[in-house]
Parts: sequence; structure tokens; C-alpha cells
Amino acid sequence: MNSQMGYAQAIERAIDSAMTADPRVLTFGEDVRLLRRNLLVGHGADRVMDAPISESAFLGAAVTAAMSGLRPIVEIMLVDFIAVAFDGILNHAAKNTAFSGGTWDVPLVVRASCGGGYADGGQHEQVLWGLLGGIPGIDVVVPSTPADAAGLMTSAIASKRPVVFLEHKLLSDYWLDYLGGNSRPTVEFDVPVEGANGPVDDPIQPVPIGSAVVRRRGSEVTLISLGVGVHRCSEAAESLAGQGVEATVVDLRSVSPLDTETVIRESANTSRVVVVDEDYLRGGLSGEIAALLAEADVPVSFSRVAVEHTIPYARHLEHDALPNVERILAAVHELR
Amino acid sequence: MLGSIGIKPPPEVPMAANSRLRKLYESTVRIRAVENAQNHLWHEGLIPGEIHTGIGEEGIIAGVLEHLTVDDAIACDHRPTGVFTASGVDPTSLLLEMLGHADGLCGGRGGHMHFLSESDRLISDGIVGSAGPAACGFALSAKTLRPGTIAVAFFGEGAMNQGMLMESLNLAKVWNLPVLFVCKDNGWSITTHSGDLLAGDPATRAKAFGLRTDRVNGSDPTKVSATAKRLIDRVRSKHQPALLHARCRRPDGHFLGDPMIRVFDDPVGQTKEIGGPLPGSVRRGSGSRTAQIGALSGLGIRLGSLGMQRIGANRWDPLLRLRAKVGTEAAIEIERRVSAEIRTNVSDALRIAEVSA
Ligand SMILES: Cc1ncc(C[n+]2csc(CCOP(=O)(O)OP(=O)(O)O)c2C)c(N)n1
Ligand SMILES: [Mg+2]
Repeated sequence: MNSQMGYAQAIERAIDSAMTADPRVLTFGEDVRLLRRNLLVGHGADRVMDAPISESAFLGAAVTAAMSGLRPIVEIMLVDFIAVAFDGILNHAAKNTAFSGGTWDVPLVVRASCGGGYADGGQHEQVLWGLLGGIPGIDVVVPSTPADAAGLMTSAIASKRPVVFLEHKLLSDYWLDYLGGNSRPTVEFDVPVEGANGPVDDPIQPVPIGSAVVRRRGSEVTLISLGVGVHRCSEAAESLAGQGVEATVVDLRSVSPLDTETVIRESANTSRVVVVDEDYLRGGLSGEIAALLAEADVPVSFSRVAVEHTIPYARHLEHDALPNVERILAAVHELR
Repeated sequence: MLGSIGIKPPPEVPMAANSRLRKLYESTVRIRAVENAQNHLWHEGLIPGEIHTGIGEEGIIAGVLEHLTVDDAIACDHRPTGVFTASGVDPTSLLLEMLGHADGLCGGRGGHMHFLSESDRLISDGIVGSAGPAACGFALSAKTLRPGTIAVAFFGEGAMNQGMLMESLNLAKVWNLPVLFVCKDNGWSITTHSGDLLAGDPATRAKAFGLRTDRVNGSDPTKVSATAKRLIDRVRSKHQPALLHARCRRPDGHFLGDPMIRVFDDPVGQTKEIGGPLPGSVRRGSGSRTAQIGALSGLGIRLGSLGMQRIGANRWDPLLRLRAKVGTEAAIEIERRVSAEIRTNVSDALRIAEVSA
């Protein structure tokens, strides 16, 4: 059985089921009593807690709460704000299992919204999955559809490792309403329909962390992406098909661990690869994929579409800065 | 197109209004007019994204800025329009920035949470609490390079819980930095009642670090001005930080289009949207009946008290208060002149951006 639902609703459904099944699961963060009011009235105020604007304290506390029996889902409203609490992630959540000789688990979920496309400026529209995904000891997942959102959240809660769960704001209706002012009839945002709404299995089908999925198969070029980028790639692939160029679209779904097998296989199939990454160009995921292919001796012509500068506020500049269909098409055409 | 600035004449008007009062009133009226213009353009969809309005806190800003000089520096939070306006930054360039135009204050690259002006030594920032360290840095350079000048940090009471802000209070004290910390306390951080999550209170906390502190009703601009003057004089002459805690009410909620304010304005339509799934959640949920009822009533209380911001707004309106002291005749002259001026800024901005509203 499945039912149609929004991306944010799918995440909530997964958390709701986990809270019903396991009394150790609780969620806290800024404004969660109101944002997660459905969980609040279902499970009570002891398990849905508002936190002060003290990210370093409550994320740090979530780490040891997880190490001592609870299963916290801690919310960092926008992933950009994780900067304020980075110590908890980098030096504690990611390290304690290793320091204990691999015996002490940190079953923690850090849930944060990410991404741009609604004119919120360079301090509110980053994704930071490359930065986070580079840290050994934590997993990073980025669903692009409601089914994957529910499935990955279910796996994240069940995992014994710390998992950063990134929810794209263009796909979550309430974030777009809050931060983009989407309640106005006078604005429009480029929301990918298939990402924002879709079927979700009941009971929820867990999605394994670290497994990519092929969204479309074609023989001439492989587009590798995640989050909203996957939908931009599908749109580009559609347009390429019209020009007689058949593209494969890989949805990574997890930044860490990376599904190296799928990346290598799908890249080798076409020998032409474009990585479409909403994160910064340097020191991140797109370079990691290039290194992976080089290390595996996969001969490909390679290009990437990523964010090169601080994301500007003005909508036309923002559009140019983020991966968009035109940039993807140009990258494909420029490949050898 | 600005509409009226929403001011009714007071029943009785004191006759004597000195020029200082009139200047203070003019500053609050100008902030309100720019805020209103910005809000209008947002509703028209010409300003995309978030807008945090400062309607209701004009008295705090005007009252503090009255005692600053052009050499002082200011660090704002995510609500900077009022401070930039009152500092004399050209409203056309602020509006163009919000419209995302190349001629805007920051070339359309910053947007309304990230106004920056190097020549005015003014910044704003969307990371809650960051005004604290920013003001400390400005004050450090002021101490060595511009003796006698100070730095001001504007932030909300919610920011008082941010580690870097608390650290800044300490830093400013032990480094003898000339910083005035201004906590604009509207009682809410987005949808959260700040009192539920703030142990102690802002002024007492600052006092514990050894800062001189004062509390004031932020909806009374003359009181803010007098209190701010005392603190600023001290910060300036003694190179010692201080904190001003000013209460206010903001009738528009956290940001424009705030869903909580929408519920209050359209209870029937919005309750269905916002509260519709709640019965299902109660049925599915694992909480005890008592916990569920407790949670539901907690939600109700929260919505109700947030809505009260709107009902009580007039009594807390800093412009109405000050107007009564300025006198109708002078007030009308100021309102007309400033409205016309800002209307020109708006039409200039729209003409340059080549859009119509
Ligand atoms: C580090 C960080 N955490 C969270 C947020 C999201 N946020 C923006 S404004 C705000 C509430 C701030 O409340 P307060 O300081 O009282 O200022 P007000 O909005 O009431 O003026 C929050 C939580 C943020 N911008 N930065
Ligand atoms: Mg506040």
C-alpha cells in the first residue's frame, strides 16, 4: 500500500512511526513544538522539546544523550547554522565511537534543512554536505523524493552511527512558506514536482544509507547528483533526449558513505560524466567523485556544475550561481 | 502607494514640542515609512525570500541612534532596515538591494539580512548572536584607531541564549571594550515564547558579567533616548561595555507572512490548514491521553498569546506615544514630508529596477 504525500510530511511520518515504535526516540531543536506540532500532540511534550537558540549546547548534549540510551533527532534549523555547533559534530559525534575503540555507539540523527533557490542569501542557502561528508565517523544523507525522505529517515533513526539528514528547502512546503514567503500569490519558485510530492509506502520502506539509485538510464552521458540537483538533471536529460543524446541520471542519496560501486559502474558505462552538485566546487563531493574515478582507473571525460562563489541574493544571480538546467546542458555539450 | 502610515491623531495635544523631540519623531516616522514600503514590495512579490520587519521597535533604534556619531560602528541582526534607515543610508539603495538590483547597497548580493556599508561602518547578519562578537571587533579597532568612538550591537532576547553573545559580554568587559549591547525584547523568538527558554533575564545576566545595565520600555522613544544617553556617555568616556534591555511589541510576528499571525487573522481558514492533521496525530500517537491533552492546550495557549501581539499593538506603538508629545501640527508636517520623501525613494527604486508596483 502507498499514499501520496509531501516531502516534509513523509519525513514526519517516518519520525512518527519511529516514536511510536521506540520510546527512546525524541526530537528537539528551535521551534520544534510548533513546527512538529503533529508529533507534539501525538507523543507529548517530553519527547518534542523546544530548545533555546543555543546550538552548541543542545547539539553537544544530543551526542551524549545518544551515547547513554536515548535516540535523539536533533534539529538544526538551517544547516548553515551548524557552524555555531560544529564542535559537537566534528569533535564529538564523529569521534567518540573511534576513541572508544569502536565499541561506544552514537545513535544520533541531526536533521537540518539545506539548499537554495528562494532568495534567502548566502548565509541561509548553503548545503555543506561536502564539508560534513568529508568527516570520518558520520554519515550524511540527502533525499530527493518523499519516499527516499521517509526511507532514509527511518534508516537514520535505526542507525547506530551519527547521521546528518539534510532536507532540501525547495522540497519542503513549510520551509518554503516560512523562508520564501510562498504563501503570497505573487511569487513563484522553481519547485521540482516529483521531489515535493510523491508516493510513500505504508509501512515505510527503509532506504539503506550509502545506496545510490539510477533514476534514468542512457548510454551517452552520466549525470551524477543529489537533492534538488537530481530533478534539474532529469529535466536536462529530457531536453538532451530531444536532441538525441541519452543520459543516465544517478541519484546518490548519500554523500557519506558514497555508493562507489554505482558511481564507478554508471560512469564506466558512458565514459562521460557530469557531477551536478549544489555544494561548493572545491574541497567537496564533486572532486571526491573525480578522485574515485581516477583511483579506480575509469577513463572518463569529466566535468562539474557546482557553486563557485558565495550565493548571491538577487534571484537572477542566484539562479546562475546554483546548478541549473542551462549550466548542465552546457557542461554536457562541452564534454569531449 | 505607501498608503497611510496608520496614525490616528491623539485626543489631546500638548502644545510645546521642541526640536529634539521632532527630530526623534522624524526618525521613527522615517523608519516606519521605509519598513512599510519594504513590506508592500514584499507582498507584491517584488522582494522575494524573507523579510523581518522592525515595526514596533522604531523607538529603540531611533532613541539609541540619536546619541551616536558618524564614526561609531553598529552591528545588527536579521532585522536591520530600521538601523540602516536611521543611520542615514539612502532608502533608495536599501530598497534596490531588497529588489535584488545591481544599484542596491550591496549590488543585490546581500539582501535584506545582509546589508553592509563600509563607509558607515554598519553591518547586519543572519546568524543569531553574531552581532555580539561583531560589535566587540568594531570596538577593539575603535579603541586603538578612533578613540572616543563606540560600537553598538542590536539583537533580540532570543539571541541572549547564543554562546557567542554571552561570550561577547565577558570579552567586552575583560578587554574594556566600548560596546553598547542593545537587547530588543519582543518576547518571542520565531514561534517560541522566549521566557520559557531564557533562565534569568537579559539585564541580570549582563550585570553578572559586570556590565552597567538599564531596562527601559522600548515603546517609549523619549525614555529610550534618555536611558541610552546615560549608558552611551559612560561607554564612550569610560571604555566600558553596557547593556540596554528594551521591551517592545512587534505586531507582524517573526517575518512577513508569519503563519502564526495568519492563523490569528484568519482563524477559520488557517486553523484547518495548520491544525487539520492534528486529530489524526492524536489518534496515531503513542503519548498518554494526559500528555496529548497537555500538548494540545499548550499549542492553543501559544497561538493565543502570539496573537495578542496584534491586539495590544496600538498601546505599544512607539510612534503613537511620541506623536502625543510632539503635537498634531508638527507631527502632521513631519509625516507628510517624510512620506513624500520615502514615496520618492520607492518610485526611484522601482524606476531604476524597471518594475511596477
Ligand atoms: C545561529 C542561528 N540559529 C537559528 C537561527 C534562526 N533564527 C532566525 S531569527 C531567530 C529568532 C531570534 O529571536 P530574537 O533574537 O529574539 O530576535 P527577533 O527575531 O525576535 O527580533 C531564529 C531562531 C539563525 N538565524 N541563526
Ligand atoms: Mg525576540
